[in-house]
Amino acid sequence: MDLTAIVKELKLTVAQGELELTRDVSGGYVGDLLSDVMANCKEGNLWITRQTHQNIVAVASLKDLAGIILVQGKEPERNTLDKASSEGIPIFVTKLSAFEVAGKLYNLIT
Amino acid sequence: MNLNYENSFEIQGGSFLKAGEVSVFVKKTLQRMGLPNDILRKVAIATYESEINIISYARCGVIHIDVNATRVLIDVQDEGPGIEDIQLAMRAGYSTASEEIREMGFGAGMGIPNIMSCSDDFQITSEVNKGTHLKVMIRMPANTN
Amino acid sequence: MTLYEIMDILDAKVLVGRKYLGTEIYTAFSADLLSDVLAFAKAKSILLTGLTNPQIVRTASILDIAAIILVRGKIPQTETLRLAEQLDIPILTTRYILFEASGRLYTNGIRGCEIKVGTDDVIAI
Repeated sequence: MDLTAIVKELKLTVAQGELELTRDVSGGYVGDLLSDVMANCKEGNLWITRQTHQNIVAVASLKDLAGIILVQGKEPERNTLDKASSEGIPIFVTKLSAFEVAGKLYNLIT
Repeated sequence: MNLNYENSFEIQGGSFLKAGEVSVFVKKTLQRMGLPNDILRKVAIATYESEINIISYARCGVIHIDVNATRVLIDVQDEGPGIEDIQLAMRAGYSTASEEIREMGFGAGMGIPNIMSCSDDFQITSEVNKGTHLKVMIRMPANTN
Repeated sequence: MTLYEIMDILDAKVLVGRKYLGTEIYTAFSADLLSDVLAFAKAKSILLTGLTNPQIVRTASILDIAAIILVRGKIPQTETLRLAEQLDIPILTTRYILFEASGRLYTNGIRGCEIKVGTDDVIAI
């Protein structure tokens, strides 16, 4: 399923990357520990997290992730958005908790 | 039901292995005394976040708990670097945590905001290179006796 | 559903608290950040996390969390297990990642503790 469809189904707010939503999502990953994400996340995954500092963009870029969903209404930092823009990493925000959005995403793409 | 309790706890900075020991003890003590669940939760969270802050950032600190039938007071005084910009520290998401602290699951910048949301009255003062002082008041429900 | 059924769905192993497998569970919270757990997780929920340090047990005790489910095949530190025995907090471990574990439980009817947060009105179930 591609990002546009997922954004629509999950009612995600696009904080960055409105023009980069054609990518197909390979799966999901939930986690806030950057070392775990680096070790386990797969290319094309949609990453669900509460971390908002700009390091998340580096991780997403290195692991070639489809995008990042920030949960529980957490707004990304300005630096993070700027970095995401230059790296081409879409960033989304949802008011749902990680468990809820993971559950819904799981049912969409599995 | 006796609702009077007062105790002070010393906490060593950097003692991550013990982090939460004081808070769990306080919660269980107050639970045995019969404090209502919602008050217990607020006291527990405010105490725990304070304990973590001392351990994460200060050289040492003291948490003083004072309970009576009308309110719970949590007084936290630490010795350490202090907070440079209190307004920033009160903002959800702002953090000065090291990578090590983040990898342990702390340092998301929610500590002080969490304490504030548990308090009916909250005061914080800090002096750089001296330390930080937090005063939390949680009101007991009117019908507690 | 019961913790036993959750163990089944997640293909999980019980490390501490076998006697609590009959506990009824309705809600879950997934996080690796303890402050988030403190801010949002509700009493009697299960906590799904990749953290293995003793603080997860103390946090669970503070919040009356029903059980901790470690994901990504993580094994808790010795001190964590000891503390869990002492504070009577069940710990299970599953090899599924947090996304998969959350997804499976959600599919089977477990819901998040908070439906929506981030506004002035916090709606909780």
